[in-house]
Amino acid sequence: MSRLSERPGEVIDRTRPMDFSWNGKPYRGYAGDSIASALAASGVRVFSRSFKYHRPRGILTASFHDPNLMVQVGDEPNVRAGHRLVEEKMEVSAQNAWPSLGFDAKGVNRLLGRFLTPGFYYKTFMSPRSLWPWYQRVLARFAAGGVVGVDPQPGRYDHRYAHPDVLVAGGGPAGMAAAIDAAEAGAAVILVEEEHRLGGHLRWGDSDDLGALEELSAAVLSHPGIEVMVDSVVTGRYDHNWVAIAQRGVEGVDERLVKARVKCLVVATGTIERPYVFEGNDLPGVMLSTAVRRLINLHAVRPGERAVVLSANGPGDSAIADLEEAGVEVAEVIDARGDDTVIKASGRMGVQGVIDSRGRRHDADLLVTAVGWTTTTTLLNMAGDRPMYEPRAARYLSKSLPYDVLATGGIVGDGSTDQLVQHGTAIGREAARRASVVKFQWLTAVPTGVTRQPPDTSEIEVPPLEAERHPELFRSSTHGFVDYSEDVTSKDLFAAAAEGYDSMELAKRYTTVNMGPIQGKLEAVNAVAIHGEATGSSPLETSTTTWRPPYAPVSLGVLAGRQYEPVRYSVIQPWHERREAKPLVAGSWIRPEHYGDPVAEVTAVREAVGIIDVSPLGKIDLRGRDVPKLLEFVYVNKWSKLDVGKVRYGIMCNEDGVIFDDGVTGRLGADQYMMSSTSGGAAGVWNWLDDWLQTGFPDWDVKMTAVTDGYASINVAGPNSRELVGRLTEIDLRPEAFGYMEVRTGVVAGVPGCFLWRIGFTGELSYEIHVPSAYGLWVWERLLEKGEDLGVRAFGIEAQRIMRLEKGHFIVGQDTDGLTQGHGMGVDWAIKLDKPDFAGKPELMWQAERDDYRRLAAIQTEDPAIVPPEASQIVAGDVIKGRITSSRMSPTLGRSICLGQVDPDLAAPGSRLHIRLSDGVTVAARVLEHHAHFDPEGTRLRG
Amino acid sequence: MLVILCPHCGPRNSDEFSFQGEIVARPGPASDQETWRDYLYMRDNVAGWQTERWFHVSGCRRFLNVERHTVTNEIGVVTPVGGVQ
Ligand SMILES: [Zn+2]
Repeated sequence: MSRLSERPGEVIDRTRPMDFSWNGKPYRGYAGDSIASALAASGVRVFSRSFKYHRPRGILTASFHDPNLMVQVGDEPNVRAGHRLVEEKMEVSAQNAWPSLGFDAKGVNRLLGRFLTPGFYYKTFMSPRSLWPWYQRVLARFAAGGVVGVDPQPGRYDHRYAHPDVLVAGGGPAGMAAAIDAAEAGAAVILVEEEHRLGGHLRWGDSDDLGALEELSAAVLSHPGIEVMVDSVVTGRYDHNWVAIAQRGVEGVDERLVKARVKCLVVATGTIERPYVFEGNDLPGVMLSTAVRRLINLHAVRPGERAVVLSANGPGDSAIADLEEAGVEVAEVIDARGDDTVIKASGRMGVQGVIDSRGRRHDADLLVTAVGWTTTTTLLNMAGDRPMYEPRAARYLSKSLPYDVLATGGIVGDGSTDQLVQHGTAIGREAARRASVVKFQWLTAVPTGVTRQPPDTSEIEVPPLEAERHPELFRSSTHGFVDYSEDVTSKDLFAAAAEGYDSMELAKRYTTVNMGPIQGKLEAVNAVAIHGEATGSSPLETSTTTWRPPYAPVSLGVLAGRQYEPVRYSVIQPWHERREAKPLVAGSWIRPEHYGDPVAEVTAVREAVGIIDVSPLGKIDLRGRDVPKLLEFVYVNKWSKLDVGKVRYGIMCNEDGVIFDDGVTGRLGADQYMMSSTSGGAAGVWNWLDDWLQTGFPDWDVKMTAVTDGYASINVAGPNSRELVGRLTEIDLRPEAFGYMEVRTGVVAGVPGCFLWRIGFTGELSYEIHVPSAYGLWVWERLLEKGEDLGVRAFGIEAQRIMRLEKGHFIVGQDTDGLTQGHGMGVDWAIKLDKPDFAGKPELMWQAERDDYRRLAAIQTEDPAIVPPEASQIVAGDVIKGRITSSRMSPTLGRSICLGQVDPDLAAPGSRLHIRLSDGVTVAARVLEHHAHFDPEGTRLRG
Repeated sequence: MLVILCPHCGPRNSDEFSFQGEIVARPGPASDQETWRDYLYMRDNVAGWQTERWFHVSGCRRFLNVERHTVTNEIGVVTPVGGVQ
């Protein structure tokens, strides 16, 4: 093979040489060369070794879908050398060839071929089982594929959303025409082409083709309504025309995933030329007609010296002219439209001779086959189409498409460039029209007050594009390779059929045909036809193939993209940052875990006063006459007699009786309530309330507003909290005026519109101040300033968790799990089964009749220094009797403390427990009388 | 990713919605166990058209009755529970 003088349609830039290496040796190509064309121009013929038999392989299709052109580029394996453009200093090497392409030690497999029969893996590497690790090592060395770089990749990937009216997949003549006319009709169009340039088969055509190409591509590229994506691939079409495109060549990123919601999809993906199955069909030098036309006309590469051509169609005949023009001697043309065919290609490292069906031998180093086309129906299949095989044209044709998907070009039928363009033009106009119908439906789904012109409802007439008659040519009288990637031959398919694999789906899995990196694009039709021949059936006529996304391999990087995960911060965050708070991820919130010394923070709260930012606490403003009814329904306890100024604790259960949230709700006015939920449960509680109000009790007078972000929340806790809060507000804080579990509204630090409630998660006297959030930081800083002499200190989540555990307060989701129903958590008093109805009531009723559920218990180890890790099992012999749900070293008590769920027979106060630690050691513990390890009477918080 | 024509917000991607599944009527709180657990756990799982509940949680926050073909994902009539608000 060698470089030709300038060709009219060549895509290489001879003024820009590219120096690169192949297996460590220097090579030179030109800008615009694919790796394969640059190497072929320098005489390289063998590009890879086959997967199982390590046979030498060369150019077959010269395109992205060439199974023989997988190479390693730098630390990137499995690069498609028929597609990837050569770059300066690129380091390219062969995969799966050791020690070299020329002398391949593993090529001895060819001699062992008769052992590598279908089902080889199942049969050979089954027993003895003890040798599996050894088999794995052997197979790994023989497996195809390159080497993955283990260093982190510097690549950058992006995601983008697009909303085109019309998306055209495929930039051949019909696709370009469709894009132009859709855009002319006013549609916003995206045109996606897998190759580096628009044009499809026109690119390697004659001067008329090149003229048409120039005209069409100039119209496409200059049209403001068309966005062109080349070197990009539509990888999938999902429900409602949700289309994924892997886009390359975007400045600043290696690859981009475009997620497009397409109003009308035009599939113009054309056809892929099919290989022919015969003895020696995988020898380097056996090429498809499109491969030689690409090599000659796009890359100015002479593909051989002396050729035999097997042609069954017009494009195949055109290849003969191209070969002659390129100075290749055409030794013989075998017309496959008659009875003649090829029986065998022979040679060692490449074709040396061809034997035809008349028994004649022709000396040749190149055998070109043009035996048929496979329609690229992948996207049609994904759109719900079930293309059927048409024997007259020897290809699959579309059966039915949804309203928002159209097809044009070679996937529909054959024709002159003019006919293809006319078809594409009509389809493009129809696509724009259908897009406008969809758009109208979308724009008028909601009344807007804007009058819109209804779309044209008369379909555009599309001229016929018939699939030409074509002989059915799949296999000669000899056996050859069906699946090049997987090294599966027609003989293997016959053997599988003889072994009883009479279903193609089973034969596929048994032989692994269609299962390699090309995923059946080249070989599926041949495989089905030959399997039919072997089983005496005609499965092509009855089968349809399922094509799943992605159409072509996509990188993991582009799927991952750049991750933008939003996080939430309290308005007090600037202060936390200044004090170098240790950040804690709590759901979507980033919160201060502590400010350096959680134990000292606990001590400050217990002995003086502390403040904690609890802004993420869920807050829902409820107004209306029927709020008490709502509260009665969503909480397990009673709410009808909550006076203005009072606060009550409540538990919410799902309809299966499982606890899903808890919190307090206060009555701020006659018809005004404020509900709080856990931080993590805020969204769920809001949704739960909305659900009942909208679907259960739409007549209730309840207005609900989520105000979690509307208020910054600060809990002021500790014996000095009354003194501190009193310095900032006129609200009467005396115990007789503002008692435990009460709420007041008023001005705090000059900020009006605050509400405060007295609750005690930490077990201390405490006021939770809720401030309009714009003033949150202001009030926080005033508290610290005014409380300096009182020993005020900010505390974080960790100190709060220690204190609530000392106090025996459970946390939903920590001390409960997805099966924990209402009873048994120490709050049975709050479950009012005498209420007529509430969410989860029947299950809680039935639970109360049982006694088999676990109880929450305060637990202390005998050895006060041992803190059993959370989730440690409580055991009796080998039986699991419960688990530790929370544990800490208590700075207040100077010993370890736990909460845990235990079986009923071990839940009584004083019960002795055994806790198994992670190292297998079991430690003794006992159940306390109260959940509170500290101040069980609650004198501190009621003070 | 489906498109759901929300009667309040127009055509929106289905990831803005929370899928609530088949619409099941809540039996009374005095139901027997079998009736109640049917309500909690048993679904018809039809292959074909069904009316199901979607919650436009990241949009208008309205609960919607959506006709959907469970095989083709075709969407039919979408109506807000309790009418357009
Ligand atoms: Zn909506």
